Amino acid sequence: MRNLRTGLKELRHYPSAIVGLAFIATLVALALYAVIALPLDDAIRLWRAGEGIWEDTPRNASPVLLNWWPGNNHAETIVVRCSDEAATRSMERLSDDFAIIDISLPLEFTYDGFPDDVRVFLEADYEERRPHAALAWKTPDGREIELEERTLGERATYVVSGDRRLAERLGTEAHIGLFRQPDIEDDVPLKGRYELSVEGILFEPEGDVRVRLVSYGRVHGLAGTDHRRRDLTVALLWGAPVALAFGILAALGSTLTTLVIAAVGVWFGRWVDAVIQRLTELNAILPVLPLLVLIGTLYSRSIWVMLGVVIALGVFSLGIKVYRAMLLPVRNAPYIEAARAYGAGNFRIVFRYLIPRVIPVIVPQLVTLIPSYVFLEATLALLGLGDPLLPTWGKVLQDAFQQGALYKGYYYWVLGPALLLMFTGLGFAMVGFALDRIFNPRLREL
Amino acid sequence: MAEHNNRLMAARDLQMWFPVRRWGFIPAGAVRAVDGVSFELRRGEAVAVVGESGCGKSTLARTLLAIHTPTGGRITFEGRDMEQFTSREMRWYRRRVGYVQQDPYGALPPFMNVHRILREPLIVNGVRDRQEQEERIRDGLREVRLVPVEDFLDKFPHMLSGGQQQRLVIARAIILNPGLLIADEPVSMLDASVRVEILKLLRRIQDAHNLGVCYITHDLSTVRYFSHRIMVMYAGKLVEKAPVGGLLDDPCHPYTRALLRAIPDPEPENARTYRPVPGGEPPSLMNPPSGCRFHPRCEYAIAGLCEVEEPPHFVPRADHEVACWLFREE
Repeated sequence: MRNLRTGLKELRHYPSAIVGLAFIATLVALALYAVIALPLDDAIRLWRAGEGIWEDTPRNASPVLLNWWPGNNHAETIVVRCSDEAATRSMERLSDDFAIIDISLPLEFTYDGFPDDVRVFLEADYEERRPHAALAWKTPDGREIELEERTLGERATYVVSGDRRLAERLGTEAHIGLFRQPDIEDDVPLKGRYELSVEGILFEPEGDVRVRLVSYGRVHGLAGTDHRRRDLTVALLWGAPVALAFGILAALGSTLTTLVIAAVGVWFGRWVDAVIQRLTELNAILPVLPLLVLIGTLYSRSIWVMLGVVIALGVFSLGIKVYRAMLLPVRNAPYIEAARAYGAGNFRIVFRYLIPRVIPVIVPQLVTLIPSYVFLEATLALLGLGDPLLPTWGKVLQDAFQQGALYKGYYYWVLGPALLLMFTGLGFAMVGFALDRIFNPRLREL
Repeated sequence: MAEHNNRLMAARDLQMWFPVRRWGFIPAGAVRAVDGVSFELRRGEAVAVVGESGCGKSTLARTLLAIHTPTGGRITFEGRDMEQFTSREMRWYRRRVGYVQQDPYGALPPFMNVHRILREPLIVNGVRDRQEQEERIRDGLREVRLVPVEDFLDKFPHMLSGGQQQRLVIARAIILNPGLLIADEPVSMLDASVRVEILKLLRRIQDAHNLGVCYITHDLSTVRYFSHRIMVMYAGKLVEKAPVGGLLDDPCHPYTRALLRAIPDPEPENARTYRPVPGGEPPSLMNPPSGCRFHPRCEYAIAGLCEVEEPPHFVPRADHEVACWLFREE
């Protein structure tokens, strides 16, 4: 029997354990970064995706990583606001309640691919009489394309790809036509400085117009975006603390309670042991997943409720049989007899003499158990029982699955969370197996 | 009266039967590990209990330690009846009786260091003051000659040699200042070279604290060295009780004689001589033989008597008791 601390120190002699520890450390760092950089409330709000939070991100864009591949130069998202330095804006007041405003938003386009879409968001200040605006597109080679003229509300959006008449005029999809090199058969984007000019007419002394031009990219963020324009980085980042918390709490909670119950059963024996054994056997035939589905459907899908149920179902898990087998020989160890002879009580013997003896054997099991609970959470999410608020890896997978991501070729959508899940499993498994070899030396010869 | 005050422990007709059940619930008799044992132990006296393996010596030790609750008979300690102990008296009793086990490594929790091992009995028995704990731990280690103390405090049992482990076990047994030490084969698992040291140590501790010692062994060769009186146990019963010299030099019971003959003697001539030993095996403790339990193996068995009636304790000499029909007064 090896001391726990020296055993943990011995981990550094196992390269696989060091790699595993590095994975776990990365995950922990990721989790800490997520919690610090993006507070839970913000994460939940972002993931709920209400209130036009994701107006400026593209739909189903691949990760930017794609552009790191030599030869790839997909369009990224460009946002130009009228408050930007490069934008120019002039107002000419012709009379008290009549003014002409001229806004010009430059757009430096250097990509080999077309953007996904272009939108212009217009905001107007007025009291009664709405301002009027005319949008025009100037290409680097000096062409000017009229886009639209409209009377503005408080907020208005001009969606280029939705402008049928413009598409007809350009002879192709509107957002491609705007960037297309003219006089060539193929669709090749013209690089250079584009300009959106907005000419507004204000009918009130206090009136004003603000413009934002968004050219949506085909790639966005480190993890891409999903069908609701949400940046997947949010979910992949926040998935880490959720997965770690769920996995570790569930593994610890179920293992420790199981261990204590097994020890109590072994120590007191007789009917206490019998009751615990029968409960364990009864629990063994309960199907965990259907029960969780039942609770998720009928009661609550909160991750904490699920965690509680998982631990509660784990209390009388079959682990009790394993621990009991380990503890039975310890029960009759001479040192426990000695402890009884100097008057140690039942409680003390169970917690100070029985349980510590098997802790080194339990630790590797505990570590290897963590990823299985992480996977359980992902499984629940995939079955549609993920926490309704929290962004988790499992929920990303579920969205991807429901949107047919693989069918449509959005591999990043599945690969991101799947890789993270695999790294989690790999990290804990490698450390757990190394611990197992340290604490159960008989495995070393294999 | 002085005689009475000098009495530390007495057992009267002590019985420890373990019920056996078939299929977990059908009663199927009992293992009579200790079956009617009576003896007295005086203050500062060392008594050896000898017998072959499986005769109930260790069960006797555990019963005396109140690890098992006896199924019959009574134990009195310093004049108090153990059966009527309150839980407070029981704690007092556990302080007053120390326990030294056979396997020193198994007797020490492998996950505790020396300091912790010695602190445990103090904590359990309400010595809360850290200062006092430290002093007693250090005194205990010094007493068993685990010095310098600082070198040992942080060690774990597996870092100690067998002899050092047994010293630690002894230190733990005496740290609560007991009046009685029950030593269950304390040297049988040790290297021959260390045995004498440990026995000397026990002897010294016994003298220093005026301890009563119940020394349980199957090895008669160490008995003369250590104890004042010997009790020979066979199949759950005491068959002979006598002072050490009287028993070793002039054994009465046939079983004792056989035991003594079995002591190895480092004499080259012995390689050529054949010593007769009683045939057969120790009897089953579930179905012990009728009458005298030794009669199936006894060369002097008296037909019609030994297998019928159990022998009472006869007193062939002063202070020498033997349960054998050979010594009946005609």
